[in-house]
This record gives sequence, C-alpha cells and structure tokens, in this order.
Amino acid sequence: MTHIARILKDDRPGAALLIMLLAASAVVPFCNLALAEGNPLHLPTYSMTLWGKYLCYALLAVSVDLIWGYLGILSLGHGAFFALGGYAMGMYLMRQIGGRGVYGNPVLPDFMVFLNWKELPWFWHGFQWFWFAALMVVAVPSALAFVFGRFAFRSRVTGVYLSIITQALTYALLLAFFRNEMGFGGNNGLTDFKDILGFSLQEDATRAGLFALSALALAAGYLACRLITASRLGMACTAIRDQESRLRFVGYRVENIKLWVFTFSAALAGIAGALYVPQVGIINPTEFSPLNSIEIVIMVAVGGRASLYGAVAGAILVNAAKSWLTVAFPDAWLFGLGALFVFVTLFLPYGVVGLIRKKGKRS
Amino acid sequence: MKKTERRTCRLLPPLVLLLLVLFPGNCHAALDDGFAEGIALLASKSFAQKTEGAEKIAGSGDKRTDKVLRAFLDGQLYFTKEGQVLVYGVPGSDGLQVTDALIETPLGIMSADQLNKITINNQLRGQLKTLLARLSLRSADPAVRLAGVREMFADITPETAKVFDDLRQTEKDDRVREALLTALALAGVRSADLAERKKGLVTLAESLDPEVRNELTRLIGEEKDKTLLQEAKRSLGKIEAKLSWYAKLETVFFGLSLGSVLVLAAIGLAITFGVIGVINMAHGELIMIGAYTTYVMQLLLPDALGVALALSVPVAFVVAALVGIAIERSVIRFLYGRPLETLLATFGLSLILQQAVRSIFSPLNRSVATPAWMSGSIAINPVLSLTINRVTIFVFAMLVFAGLFLLLKKSSLGLQVRAVSQNRAMARAMGVRASRVDALTFGLGSGIAGIAGVALSQLTNVGPNLGQSYIVDSFMVVVFGGVGNLWGTLVGGLVLGVANKFLEPWSGAVLAKIVILVFIILFIQKRPQGLFPQRGRAAE
Repeated sequence: MTHIARILKDDRPGAALLIMLLAASAVVPFCNLALAEGNPLHLPTYSMTLWGKYLCYALLAVSVDLIWGYLGILSLGHGAFFALGGYAMGMYLMRQIGGRGVYGNPVLPDFMVFLNWKELPWFWHGFQWFWFAALMVVAVPSALAFVFGRFAFRSRVTGVYLSIITQALTYALLLAFFRNEMGFGGNNGLTDFKDILGFSLQEDATRAGLFALSALALAAGYLACRLITASRLGMACTAIRDQESRLRFVGYRVENIKLWVFTFSAALAGIAGALYVPQVGIINPTEFSPLNSIEIVIMVAVGGRASLYGAVAGAILVNAAKSWLTVAFPDAWLFGLGALFVFVTLFLPYGVVGLIRKKGKRS
Repeated sequence: MKKTERRTCRLLPPLVLLLLVLFPGNCHAALDDGFAEGIALLASKSFAQKTEGAEKIAGSGDKRTDKVLRAFLDGQLYFTKEGQVLVYGVPGSDGLQVTDALIETPLGIMSADQLNKITINNQLRGQLKTLLARLSLRSADPAVRLAGVREMFADITPETAKVFDDLRQTEKDDRVREALLTALALAGVRSADLAERKKGLVTLAESLDPEVRNELTRLIGEEKDKTLLQEAKRSLGKIEAKLSWYAKLETVFFGLSLGSVLVLAAIGLAITFGVIGVINMAHGELIMIGAYTTYVMQLLLPDALGVALALSVPVAFVVAALVGIAIERSVIRFLYGRPLETLLATFGLSLILQQAVRSIFSPLNRSVATPAWMSGSIAINPVLSLTINRVTIFVFAMLVFAGLFLLLKKSSLGLQVRAVSQNRAMARAMGVRASRVDALTFGLGSGIAGIAGVALSQLTNVGPNLGQSYIVDSFMVVVFGGVGNLWGTLVGGLVLGVANKFLEPWSGAVLAKIVILVFIILFIQKRPQGLFPQRGRAAE
C-alpha cells in the first residue's frame, strides 16, 4: 500500500485521475438513479452510457500507451484484442438470451438457427457460464498476443514492420469474422442482448453498474500500468524503447520483456472490449477494422504518449469531439478529426498533456 | 419415336441449305417471289404455315431476309391493322417505333393496338435460329460464317455433312475451315458406320469445343465397339487434360492481372516508404484522386472517352503529384526521422482528403466508362479468352514499372534520390539539395499513385473509399517484396496476385486473402527485410 502511495506521490495527475474515477463510479450512478428527472443534477442514462463507452476506450488507450509510449511498439492492431474481448463477452450475452430469441431456440443463437445449424460449434461451449466468459475475455486476446509476439519479437521485427504486420493481423481477423461460416454471426455480429448475470441490460441500474465497473476497471488498469512503468521492468521498457540493441548487449532478454508487456497490454484491451459490448449492445466485425486501431493510436497521440493519464485524456477528448462533431457538423466532422491529427502531430508532439506540462514549467 | 422426330427436324432445314448452296443467287425474280410468298404466309394463324413462310423467306436470297427473320425471332415483327403492311416495331418510351420492313422507311410512332404482332412459339424460335445460322454461312464476313458453323454443331448429321464438305472446298478462311472440319468429324462420329466413327474420332481428339466434349461423352455412353470406346475415352481424357491446363493458364492470367493492380497501387508507396522512409497512409487517397481525375476528364470530354482516358494518365500524374508535394511541404517535411508520427499525420490527411471528395463529388460511387478499344476480349481458343482491359492494365503496369525503374537508375534525379536515401548528410555535402529531392521524390510516388488510380477506375467503382481498400494490400506488397527495392515490389505484387487466385477456387476469395495475410505475417518473421533485402549499410 505504501508502495502505491509512494508511486502516486510522483504521479500527481495520475492520483487525481484515480480519485476522479473512484468518485465518478459512485457519483454518476447516484445522479442517474437517485435524483429525479427534473433535478438539475440528474444525469440521463444516455450520457452515462456514453461516458461509460469513453472510459472503455480510455482503458484501451492506456493499454496502447503502455506499449507505444514506454516500450516503443506501435501496434496498429490493438483493436483486434479489444474486439476479441468484446466477442467473448458477446458470446456470453448471446447464450443468456436463450429461448427469448426470435426463433425461440433454447440453445442456438438466432443467427445459427437462421443459417440452419443443428448444434452449437465447439468453441461456443462453456460461454453459458459467466466465469468462463470472463476467463476467455482475458485468455483469448492474451493467447493471440503471446503467440503473435513470440514470433514477432524473437525474429526481431521492429518499428514500422511490426506496425504493419499488426495491421495485417487485425485485417485478417476482420475478413475472417465477416464470414458466416466462422460462427460469430458474420457481418451482423452479435446483438439483441437481453441481460447480464440476470440483470436486464435495459434497466438504468444495470447501466449504472456497468458504468461504475468501467470506471473501476480503468482505475485498476491505470494503476497496474503505473506500477509496471514505475518498476524496474518499466525502466527496462523505456530503455528498450530508446536503445534496444544496447540493452540486449548489456544482457537483458529484450524479447521476453517485450512479450510479457505486450501480452499484458492485450489482456487489458480485451477487458476494455468486454466492458464496452454490454454498454453498446452490439459487437460486429467492423471493430477489427484497421482504421479503428489507428484511431486508438491517435487518441494516445492527442492526449500525449508516455504518460498514461494522457492516454485517458486523449481518449475522452477525441471521442467527445467525435460525438459532438458528428452531431453538429455531420458533413464536416472528418475534416475536423483529420485536422486534429495533423495539428497534434505537428505542433503537439507530447499531446495535450505535454502542452499543459510545458505551461506549468514556464510559470 | 422422339429420336426420329429429331432426325426429320434436323433434315428439313439442311435441305433448304442445300438449295441455297447449290443455286446461289440465281433467277432473282423467281426467288423474290419466294420472299413475298413467305411474308404472306406469316400472316397466317397456324405455326406450321408461319414456319413454311420463314423457310420461304430464308430461301429467297433477298437482301432483307436476315433482318426480317431476326426481328421475327426478337418478337419485333408486326402487321399494321390498316393495310396489312409488314413492319418492324421497336418499343420506345411512348409506343412503338415503326419501320416499314419492305421498303425500309420509318413510319413514325404507333401504339400497340394499331398493330398485329406476329406471334412465335418455342419450336418456331428454334427453327428460326437454325435458319439464321444457315444464312450466316453465306455471309461475306468470316466471323459471321464461323459463328454460323458453330451454331450448327449440335444439329449436324451424317446426312447433312455433304453440305459442309462442299463449303470446305471453297472456304478461304483458316479458322472457318477448321470449324467445318470439326463439324464434319462430328457428323462422322454420329454416323452408323464404324469406320466413319473412327475417322471422326481421330479428328476430334484435338478439339476444345464444348460441343465436341458433349459428343464424346454421349459416344462413351452409347458406343458398343470396345476399341472405339477405348479410343473415345482416351480422347476425352486428353481434352480434359488440355482443358485443365488452360484453366490453370487462365488462373495465372487472372493472378497476373490482380498482381499488376497490386504492383501499380504499391509501387508509389515503395518509393515514398522505401526511398525516403515515409509511411504515407494517405497513399490510398492519392490513388483515389487519380481515379476521380479520370472521372472528371470523361465529364469534360464526353464524346471522346478513349481520348479522355489516355489524357487522364498524365493529368492524374500531375494532379496527384501536386497534392503529394503540397502534403510533403506542409506536413511531412517537419516529421522526417519520426516514421510513426508521419503515419499519424498522413492518416489525418487521408481523412481530410476522403471527406473533401465526399463533399465535392457526393459519397456515391461514380462509374467511369470503359472506351471501346479496352472492352471485349481476345479469344485464344474456345476455352481461353483474355479480357482486353485486364491485358491493357497489365501491360500498362509493366510500362509504368519500367519507366520508373529507368528514371531512378538513369536520370540525374534518380541518382540524387538514391544518394539522399543512402546517405543524406554526405549527399548534402556533395551539393544535392536534399529537401528539394525529398519533395520531388514524394511527388513522384504520389504521381504514380495517381496513375494507378486511372487504371483502377477501369476495374472498380470510383468512390471515396477506393483508396482505403488498397492501402493495406499495398503495404503488404511493399513489405513482402522488401522495402527500398522496386524489383521486390514487382515480384512481390505478382506473386501475391497469382497465389491469391490459385487459392481462391478451393478456399473462397475471403479465406484466400486471410491465408495470404497470415503467410505474409509468418514470412516477415523469417525474413524481416522482405524478399529482396537491402544490402550493406543502408540495411540498418
């Protein structure tokens, strides 16, 4: 405990963020559930769910910042881990529908009945239990990251090449999940969820719970990443980012360090996806699209890399801007978003956070 | 019973043909009467009389015969209710566009109830087709004659073979003569005489015509003679082996075609990515700009689509290159040495460009016309034909590659580009203006992307998402081939294209693509520098 306190003492913005998240996890559900509709402090469910979504993206952005900002691995395929976590959760939610589907089949999800399948594919077994799905949310993305990373890091694929093969990875998964034969609902994906652990997803209380859970997960994820970056492992990571070959000559097993941190980051992304799906109510293959993964990287860049809290700020900023621009200027929002990316990379190499930090130093 | 019926059906028209061939165009007046008589018979309600009428018309040798029979077949032949004039009626927006069939003068627009349609049934339709095929045997155009012979393959019998034999004596065109030979051999195979069947089979052994294959399959089912059966089976086996060989050849062609598209899309990227180390995520949008340039050029020159397309090549190059140089000067030049940041900035630019196109041209797909000289196909034999637009694009891709290669190896700009990419500081010390070279190189890469867009506009729809669909593929090609190596891009693109097309039949298009992607991921593990790694100091 004292260890954490000491680390947070050096990371004041981080500590502030954690306090804010903890407060939000209590206050926001309160404002939504306990205060009546007419109350000026009442928070509509819609905005609460929207913010819950932002927090999931923030967790994803933190996981990307861990490997990009501290380890120097630019993953253009982190959306794949996010989506895999989401699919694992989606499969659980699908199984929960049971006989309430359109076709009323107690075991098979609607799309399988539609495709005239007679029995559940083997990889759908076990997802009727929440604990199993929760395990898979972490296990599937980590396993993929582990296998992929083991190959890539051992053969010393670095820099731009690594970025491009991560992009190829998510692109391949995108194409694969679009296929009906894969057994994940084809291009419609998984949707029509009814309830989670017996709580209806339409209920405000369930939504509030999911929001609180997202906030807590982000806090926990942030803390875990901060613990890593503040440890000796974190120092090794930074060293790899700046001088990989030197660290290798000194005797560190660079590929192992990379592999474990990469796998951890993928697991975090999976958790973010699993929290995202019940709030949005759908998961489909477009989550795998390379553009999504690039957008996540952009969030980190906008917030400021190698600071973790910057990633959180970036995710919330970019997504809020996106929500606002798509409504306010539906035709021009891509102009705004594109201009934001160019502007940030040209003028704010350390993101919004860097700007604030610089101002702080000057004064 | 059925068989004999078919025989007589087969017999009747050939007799007419016999007449046609034996007495070509003599005593015009008498035959002209045949034309008039035939037309009179068409007015009858009975299909038997109409058939007779059609045959009379076919036998008349009149110039209008072909047109009348074709209109009859298409259901566009009418009698006017007033005056019983034979007319053609082409459906228009406000009634039928009517033309007098006999004196070939337009009579204006009439409504359907002013006319009596000459109705037709399926049996008559079949007979009309045969009649037309026979007529075409006399055409002056070898291509029409060839089609005529082909049309008759199914109907030829030993009894009618004589006609073809006579035709063969006078035929001058090689391909028509060959088709006639096949026709005779088919007749031989259908003959009751064993020796004839044998002779026919020997000729047919080499033919790739689908009708021959059907005939051999039929023969194998019905033949009683053991040795002939063996022979037929062997022939069929040979033909099938040939067919599968040509099918493979066709796959290679499709693969090369896809590969040439990949090469075109990737080669500009190979320059910006390989030579100056910039990851240009907006590359796909530069391709899109090229495609839209073609669209605009065709809008400007609506009467000369082919010229517009040809002009689009230089125009698209210039437009895309200017956009590229603008991007380089305004954004990328501040980001040299930071490849990952370049990636982000150019991604932002790609969003802006996409939205710009959406705002200017609407988000809908635009179609670019294919000029006449690029449509159609070259038939190499009955089973293998190459579509001309794909051949053109392949040749075009190779020309672009060769041009670019020469430019980089032989021109002074190429020398400077290579110098800067190998050792920037040293090049500058030697007096090369590095920043100018950067801008030009980027402009060159972008211009090539624009040219790729012109080619792509001939294959796919032109829309704001055109670029996105090629960007991942282009990166794969460049990385697979080896960064900074044009040959690598060429070989990589073609290999990936061919591999993709060979995988498709047994795995489906999507799975083939996945397999290729996984292959590239694994390949890069083994050879991180691609197929053709750079050697020496530049490698690190």
